Amino acid sequence: MEQRFSFFRVHALVMRYIYLLASSWPRVADLIYWPLVQMLTWGFLQTYLARLPPQSGFVGKATIAAGTLIGAMLLWDILFRGQLGFSISFLEEMWSRNVGNLMMSPLRPMEFVTALMVMSLLRLAIGIIPVTFLAIWFFGFNLWGLGIGLAAFFVNLILTSWSIGLVVSGLLLRNGMGAEGLVWTILFLMLPLTCVYYPVATLPAWLQPLAWALPPTYVFEGFRAILVDHTFRYDLMLMSFSLNMVYFISSVFVFLCLLQSARKVGSLLQMGE
Amino acid sequence: MNIAEPLSKPGSDRGPDQPAIVAEALTKAYKGTLAVDHISFAIARGSVTGLLGGNGAGKTTTIGMIMGLILPTSGHVRVLGADMAHDRYRVLARMNFESPYVDMPHRLTVRQNLRVFARLYNVARCEARIEELAKTLMLEDFLDRAAGKLSAGQKTRVALAKALLNNPEVLLLDEPTASLDPDTADWVRTCLEDYRRKHMATILLASHNMAEVERLCDRVIMLKQGRIVGDGTPADLLAQFERDNLEEVFLDLARGRRNAAPQNAAPK
Repeated sequence: MEQRFSFFRVHALVMRYIYLLASSWPRVADLIYWPLVQMLTWGFLQTYLARLPPQSGFVGKATIAAGTLIGAMLLWDILFRGQLGFSISFLEEMWSRNVGNLMMSPLRPMEFVTALMVMSLLRLAIGIIPVTFLAIWFFGFNLWGLGIGLAAFFVNLILTSWSIGLVVSGLLLRNGMGAEGLVWTILFLMLPLTCVYYPVATLPAWLQPLAWALPPTYVFEGFRAILVDHTFRYDLMLMSFSLNMVYFISSVFVFLCLLQSARKVGSLLQMGE
Repeated sequence: MNIAEPLSKPGSDRGPDQPAIVAEALTKAYKGTLAVDHISFAIARGSVTGLLGGNGAGKTTTIGMIMGLILPTSGHVRVLGADMAHDRYRVLARMNFESPYVDMPHRLTVRQNLRVFARLYNVARCEARIEELAKTLMLEDFLDRAAGKLSAGQKTRVALAKALLNNPEVLLLDEPTASLDPDTADWVRTCLEDYRRKHMATILLASHNMAEVERLCDRVIMLKQGRIVGDGTPADLLAQFERDNLEEVFLDLARGRRNAAPQNAAPK
């Protein structure tokens, strides 16, 4: 009997990635290493700026002291690590030349995608959760103190990361390992545009509409609203979520189109450059 | 040799008279180059068919289209009644394959790899099935070793175990005994013969080993530049080309020493 969608098969694939992580401590260490380095760098910078004397002329002191730098960095890492968690799990299949086996099995594309989303969450949890607790210990910044705001930020950031992961994975299927560089670099295009460390008003007027077209921009603005104005901006979160839905559905469509295109050009059996 | 009992086979597309694989005017062009050129054939259930041809003859592209991993430019291919371009998920659980173009995750142990694939294929009593295959294919000594640390021969046996996990009705094999020593290769062939006999499975195999093809195959389809240039039983082809073995027939065709048979023509 044909099954349209099987969580059993999703579980099988998730199990495969867990076996891989469990067998390779460097992979696990890599998940924690970079968020830790980032947290320390931005945390010390924040400490330095917050301690500048009033006569230094530095006017953003109060904002910095509230923890915007280290907090923004941790939220950025949710976005970045979420996408990496999705895309690297996919890359593992290409590195091990296993894509043909999976594509020839009854595993459906949306089951594959669901397994990658689960792994994105799992890898993110391994990498980010310990670092958030270290941020409390080192710098007194408690990301968990954001409460419901953190949940809204997380949902919106992870949705964006999956949308980008889907498009990148589709490009890898279609174009082979030649597109591998995109996995590591594509998200950095968003770093200046989504205004991670500064308000949208900082951007030139002509660039601001583009910034507001990106869901994470609303998250980072909303984050600063909580820390500086002590206000949770539901309107920003709803706007971010609406945009995310549009981008996520579009990216699923793009992924399926690229998979179909890969079948046309015959790249599923030849996963090289 | 103990290979699991055949699956029960209810369903309208499983009649013994229906071909397992049907290709109709199957064509694949890559940027204007014809890799497969209007080939047609039907493969009977329970038969073993060899797909022969030199490098670039179109064997892998043909197998890719049969698996549904490559879309034909024109023509159709049906496996167990399903159009593989549009309806492949209906039959993928009843097929399997082995190819040198794919591998299994290196860091996972053999047992972990087989467990993952058993669950993807929804194999009932998967642990028992893994133990059974391990015994049949002599994997027991390295079942808990990382797949990447196996010898080439051991990897081939593991790939074969993965291909037999779900007791496939249609088995597609690309060079199934490549990298095996003669003794192990002979043993694998015996295993395949046994599997076919017990399960009435349909096997399509691409091979460069003519002795293997002569031993295993009921029928041989020879490809050259994407076209069928010979089609018949090994004995038919030997008679048609007036040769003593398939290797000589292959060389005749590859080097153009004989005129190729007409497209899709039955052997004399």
